[in-house]
Amino acid sequence: MTTATDTAEPPPSGAPPTVTGWGRSTLTAAAFLAPAAILLGVWIVYPMIWTISRSFFDRSGDGFIWFENYQTLFRDDRLFTALKNNALWVAVVPMLVTTIGLVFGVLTERVRFGVAFKIAVFMPMAISLFAAGVIWRLMYEKSPERGTVNAAIAVVRDAVDPPGVLSAARPSTEALRGTPKGGLVLADGVEAGSVARLGLTGISTADIPAGAEEAVVPEPLQGGITGVVWRDFTPGGGTAGEIDEGELGLSGVTVELRDQAGAKVAEVETEANGTFVLDDVGSGLYQPAIGPATFAEPYAGVSWLGASLITPAVMMAYMWVWAGFAMVLIAAGLAAIPRDLLEAARTDGGTEWQVFRRVTVPLLAPVLSVVFITMIINVLKVFDIVIAIAPGSVQDDANVIALAMWRTSFGGVNDFGLGSAIAVFLFLLVIPVLVLNIRRFRREL
Amino acid sequence: MTTVSVDAEAAPVVVVAESVARRLTRLAAKTPVYVFLVVIGLLWLVPTFGLFVQSLIAPSKINSAGWWEVFSTPSLITFDNYRSIFADDAIPSALLTTVWIALGGTILPIIVAALAGYAFAWLEFPGRDWLFLLVVALLVVPLQMALIPIFSLYSDIGLFDTVFGLILFHTAFALPFAIFLLRNFFIGIPRDLLEAARIDGASELTIFVRVILPLGLPAIASLAIFQFLWVWNDLLVALTFGRNTQPITVAIFSQMREFSANLEVIAPAAFISLAIPLVVFLMFQRYFVQGLLAGSVK
Repeated sequence: MTTATDTAEPPPSGAPPTVTGWGRSTLTAAAFLAPAAILLGVWIVYPMIWTISRSFFDRSGDGFIWFENYQTLFRDDRLFTALKNNALWVAVVPMLVTTIGLVFGVLTERVRFGVAFKIAVFMPMAISLFAAGVIWRLMYEKSPERGTVNAAIAVVRDAVDPPGVLSAARPSTEALRGTPKGGLVLADGVEAGSVARLGLTGISTADIPAGAEEAVVPEPLQGGITGVVWRDFTPGGGTAGEIDEGELGLSGVTVELRDQAGAKVAEVETEANGTFVLDDVGSGLYQPAIGPATFAEPYAGVSWLGASLITPAVMMAYMWVWAGFAMVLIAAGLAAIPRDLLEAARTDGGTEWQVFRRVTVPLLAPVLSVVFITMIINVLKVFDIVIAIAPGSVQDDANVIALAMWRTSFGGVNDFGLGSAIAVFLFLLVIPVLVLNIRRFRREL
Repeated sequence: MTTVSVDAEAAPVVVVAESVARRLTRLAAKTPVYVFLVVIGLLWLVPTFGLFVQSLIAPSKINSAGWWEVFSTPSLITFDNYRSIFADDAIPSALLTTVWIALGGTILPIIVAALAGYAFAWLEFPGRDWLFLLVVALLVVPLQMALIPIFSLYSDIGLFDTVFGLILFHTAFALPFAIFLLRNFFIGIPRDLLEAARIDGASELTIFVRVILPLGLPAIASLAIFQFLWVWNDLLVALTFGRNTQPITVAIFSQMREFSANLEVIAPAAFISLAIPLVVFLMFQRYFVQGLLAGSVK
């Protein structure tokens, strides 16, 4: 605050100042300051005092209860979760955002399309944290059909562990036994030259493999086993175990042939009309079975919006927004580092990493700490993005101080005493960090 | 501080004549960095782009189809969602409310802060520096400290659920920083200009309007853009002091309880709500970043 006294001493205007200093210019100044004074007084100073004193009263506002509201802050499970979560936010997010910003800032520094990259990364800063929340709520949808994050994971997972064509199917008659995990086995064994009928139901229209044709019973084959896998279901009729008219064959189903001991001796996939052929089968009884691969469940998706992952999920969205801020500030700091200093370090034989560690980072320290401290303040006040991403049912698990304050005061509980105490607590947390930042900021200027 | 922007270029490096081979080696060394940046840059755009494409998917399909499916099935794309939110009154009126709040919440604090900033910079009065310090100290007060008392106050005096009430709240909380910024900018205006005006017999108000405001325009512009986006993007204040007076964020928020069922409204409305700040940002990028660099104490 020293600059205020040093730099500006405008000469007294017009009439010489009176002895007390309360002259015409003071009145002019008062007129200039009046609107600001009223607004600051009524909307900030008076509420501040009111909130502090209100925090010592109970919900009704009549009973003076000393620090009981503040004790509740630590005793109530929901509020304590908010404190713990916010502590986690402070521990994780500022550090990561600063690191990401540093990496991006350094990498883009001398790359030709660095500007385009910076605009892409910085863009989320312009939109509201609430809109960012809506965006990520959509990204985090559980179903890989709709949630982008899970869809991306599903692509990888399904490549490693492909889902079966008929994950929800059940046998249509008692003839097929077993579980989807072990495969469905035709209970009575068959010999070469016979035809196996493997009927399945419980397949929704959407799950029928594309290009399915009407099921047919294949001709028996000398020395081999033939058969058909079909959707044994006709709306409003049909006989279970029989291939009725219009029932579709199921293609792409893995049919295994198992010997008496249960070991797999052959495997084949069904055609578009559901038929399969296993030739060169030896003598004896065999059991055709539909292999477990057919019933493998498709990837269900990570439950990002569930109770256990909601806080990390919101944090990731938040970092998506703020990384650009860190990057731009750090890039500005990098641009201000004298080139010859870095060149000198390189000439002296320093590797790129050494130059970065020993020269760049120390010179950037003031900027890095501004970013870091600013992020701590932002994270302490985080609200919009949490309320946007966390569905109502997990807001207790995603709770943070500012959200707890709002929900306690206006979200149904309407406890102004406790709400005030949470607000004061937040205020107390922010003060030291902000004072630090302002002092640093002024030194920078 | 003022020369920095998103596209701040590194200082030019002196290039000594280089052989083609060396240049190729350097390029090869940089390839991993290029690839990394392209991938990350695209990844950063995916969420916003995804919301946009999702908002175009036909209402009947928006709940079952992922946005990437439009690339294999372009027929999914329609403008029906946008047409229907504009056929209904809720979203357009919320947009209009947002415009009023954002304009009022930008213009009013700038006028009030410019007046105060001028007084702190160029007028003589006792206790000036202490008062200025006090104003700057108010920067630390989080707006949560005022929500409950102002809620009660507004209910008593009839400002609850009004655009004006929201504007006043935004104005008050914008002032500490705005006064700080403008006072520091105004103090850099050459004293000769002010004195010349005073000798010519101009009143302080004339000097303020004719000299200070035009010269302070760069700082005011920066502040205006920053404040406009701040108010436009607000959810907390409007959620607390409004019920039927809903800006776009609150209007969307009220649909969030049934996120999937209301996606055909939420997705296009959210995209409109973010498209406007995005345009403002892209148009005034430089000012925005300046405001941000200066505003990192807020």
